[in-house]
Amino acid sequence: MTAREGYKVVAKRPSTLLDKRMHYCPGCFHSTVHKLMMELVEEMEIQDKIVGVCPVGCSVFAYEYMNIDMQEAAHGRAAAVATGVKRMLPDKLVFSYQGDGDLAAIGTAETIHACNRGENFTFIFINNGIYGMTGGQMAPTTLEGQRTSTSPYGRDVAKVGYPLRMAEMVANFEGVAYSQRVTCTNPAETRRCKRAIKKAFEMQMKGLGTTFIEVASNCPSGWKCTPEESVTWIEDKMLPYFPLGVFKDVTKKEKKAEA
Amino acid sequence: MLQEMVFAGFGGQGVLSMGKLLAYAAMKEGREISWMPSYGPEMRGGTANCVVNISDERIASPVGSMFDVAVVLNLPSLHKFESVVKPGGVLIWESSTIKEPPTRTDINVHALPAIEKASNELKNVKVMNMLVLGALVGIMDIVKKESLIVALEDTLPKRHHKLIPLNEKAIELGMSLVSSGA
Amino acid sequence: MSADVRFMKGNEAIAEAAIRAGLQGYFGYPITPQSEIVEYLAIEEPKHDYVLLQAESEVASANMVYGGAAAGARVMTSTSSPGFSLMQEGVSYIACAQLPCLFVNVARGGPGLGTIQASQGDYFQAVKGGGHGDYRLIVLAPNSVQEMVDYCILGFELADQYRTPALVLTDGSIGQMMEKVVLPPPIAYKPNKPWATTGKPQDRERNAITSLYIESEEMEAVNNELQAKYKAISENEVRYEGYNLDDAEVVLVAYGVTSRVCRKVVDLGRDNGMKVGLLRPQTLWPYPTAAISELADESRVKLFMSVEMSAGQMVEDVRLAVEGRKPVHFYGRTGGIIPTPEEIINAIKAQL
Ligand SMILES: Cc1ncc(C[n+]2csc(CCOP(=O)(O)OP(=O)(O)O)c2C)c(N)n1
Ligand code: SF4
Repeated sequence: MTAREGYKVVAKRPSTLLDKRMHYCPGCFHSTVHKLMMELVEEMEIQDKIVGVCPVGCSVFAYEYMNIDMQEAAHGRAAAVATGVKRMLPDKLVFSYQGDGDLAAIGTAETIHACNRGENFTFIFINNGIYGMTGGQMAPTTLEGQRTSTSPYGRDVAKVGYPLRMAEMVANFEGVAYSQRVTCTNPAETRRCKRAIKKAFEMQMKGLGTTFIEVASNCPSGWKCTPEESVTWIEDKMLPYFPLGVFKDVTKKEKKAEA
Repeated sequence: MLQEMVFAGFGGQGVLSMGKLLAYAAMKEGREISWMPSYGPEMRGGTANCVVNISDERIASPVGSMFDVAVVLNLPSLHKFESVVKPGGVLIWESSTIKEPPTRTDINVHALPAIEKASNELKNVKVMNMLVLGALVGIMDIVKKESLIVALEDTLPKRHHKLIPLNEKAIELGMSLVSSGA
Repeated sequence: MSADVRFMKGNEAIAEAAIRAGLQGYFGYPITPQSEIVEYLAIEEPKHDYVLLQAESEVASANMVYGGAAAGARVMTSTSSPGFSLMQEGVSYIACAQLPCLFVNVARGGPGLGTIQASQGDYFQAVKGGGHGDYRLIVLAPNSVQEMVDYCILGFELADQYRTPALVLTDGSIGQMMEKVVLPPPIAYKPNKPWATTGKPQDRERNAITSLYIESEEMEAVNNELQAKYKAISENEVRYEGYNLDDAEVVLVAYGVTSRVCRKVVDLGRDNGMKVGLLRPQTLWPYPTAAISELADESRVKLFMSVEMSAGQMVEDVRLAVEGRKPVHFYGRTGGIIPTPEEIINAIKAQL
């Protein structure tokens, strides 16, 4: 794409993102994260080295948009599928891209055991606190008191338990090399999100272990609000419970040891 | 007698609730009914539809391939359903937004500028579907207007009952448009 | 008191029926096109006594049902095809442990993740044993919203009566469609389950619920017990409906939503001078084998045709019943497509 005369290109679709109309709802961060990832694939020149695994969830059709080799897994099984891919193709960069229902409910066992084995792939975990695809049911990460179609009177933690903090949880596993929670609520955070994914990919290339990037994400449709309101909601409601930050970084430790 | 009807348009135009209301009204009149919506990817591209059957006897199939009545509120729906109206059947189409009129001559075609009338005369485009329903019962005499009002009372949550007079007006406007028009 | 007549979606109706049947526990995981069941139960929950829990997966749901049923409660789960695949482990254990409970599969098109449109592709899984080992499920196949209500209650009752899991096998179209239903008054459910693990009082032996029988002889004895039970169910619980079978030359066999379409085919066929009749299994297991067999003996019957939303599953049971006496044909659509009456008429014509 060349800029019109007098204009300068400030944003464009990376060549690695197919020129298709996405099915995501307007303002949904799924599309933002897709774009960030595909920008990285372009910038890092890894289109021929990367293989992705999509989940069952709104991003089930990620393979329709990302112009890279991808597989579609059964609901919750992306980490097991990614394990199979990575074990057979250890020199490739492998990632799973999963929602909260997929990664932290039906797929919890696969997630935990992949992390515990230190499977050398990258989790991209889109935590929007709800089941988007099936029409807004409660997720393992739904906040206390949050209304969903299966918690119409608000999540009652005494009955259904507490929202799971996955980035913190996986940081406890020896096999995990990197765990960070990011978001995309403003340009600075979005750039930080991209840097985090890049770092995870780089660490994977060095074979350091499991890398886990959780994105505090939104679901304007499921939350029944505008995209703008969803951003405020993340900042006011989600981030106090799901704080941003790095929960584990083995390269930091190494540096400290050296010093 | 069995009446097989399809209602189609953009999601948000109220085609599903229009069909539901009609079916409910017919049920209140003691008739047999079924309402079958499109769901899932069929809805993608923004077009929704429902098939409503009303009969004096047990309804065999809740789905059908040919219809006595098709009500279409957008162009994709007109394309999809014009050809499946039974010869001699009724086609009602939204004529203030659909710019390509139907072409069949072996069916009774009714152009209805429902969106324009609802926004100009009722100042509320949301009741456009009630206007269309009024036109339909004006043409076909499927259920009584009173039954539609009962249906509204029964199915609308209490907090929306203040909207019933407006809906009633829309139904009446629809009825008058077809009685005076043609 | 006037009858409680409502205009309801199939999924909502089954949820309301479960409440009226005295539901004590529902465990499930969201999946389209059946999520309205759990959503309805979630809305109604404060008005009733049942426990509603969204599980972390269908594997867990089925095993929660195991625990709840073994504790003597009236429990159920509902799901759609991919979820029912995950439940098969639990189903097999529940069958062996002889626990009464209700499963609902609002089926969708497969295999794999497939489509969320209606399908009858789970017939084999339902009636031939989707899990391991020699077990059967009582399989009820409603074809209307009213029957979603009736068979939900019947399923619970039969499950209790025979101490065995029951399955309502329906599909997305019936789950999503709305019809008139007459709701029965609520049942005051008082379980009488002396075998349940409710805490051992002084005056009875301890109860153990298990599906483990390490000794071959013991395992065989349990299998014999199960088979005797299945024989009793086969003898007593076959349900089917005939439509214009008395003089039929062409016998259609169809269940669920396709049986509704076939009813219309019968009428259309007769308008065109074809003597078509319909046999609709209401129980898919036990199967109306004897009824089909009797028809196969009638000289006027020229052929059978199984009409399904699958690539041809129930047709095998029709063939087993007909035992080669008459030709058995198949017409089906897959992918979530409901066949039209016209297609079916043409398929019949092609065989005549
Ligand atoms: C075995 C199985 N159970 C249930 C489903 C239905 N299902 C599809 S996506 C989904 C959860 C989606 O939520 P999440 O993982 O949070 O992703 P999101 O859509 O919010 O991005 C469920 C329950 C399924 N496809 N397979
Ligand atoms: S339903 Fe929610 S998660 Fe799914 S695309 Fe829409 S906004 Fe995004």
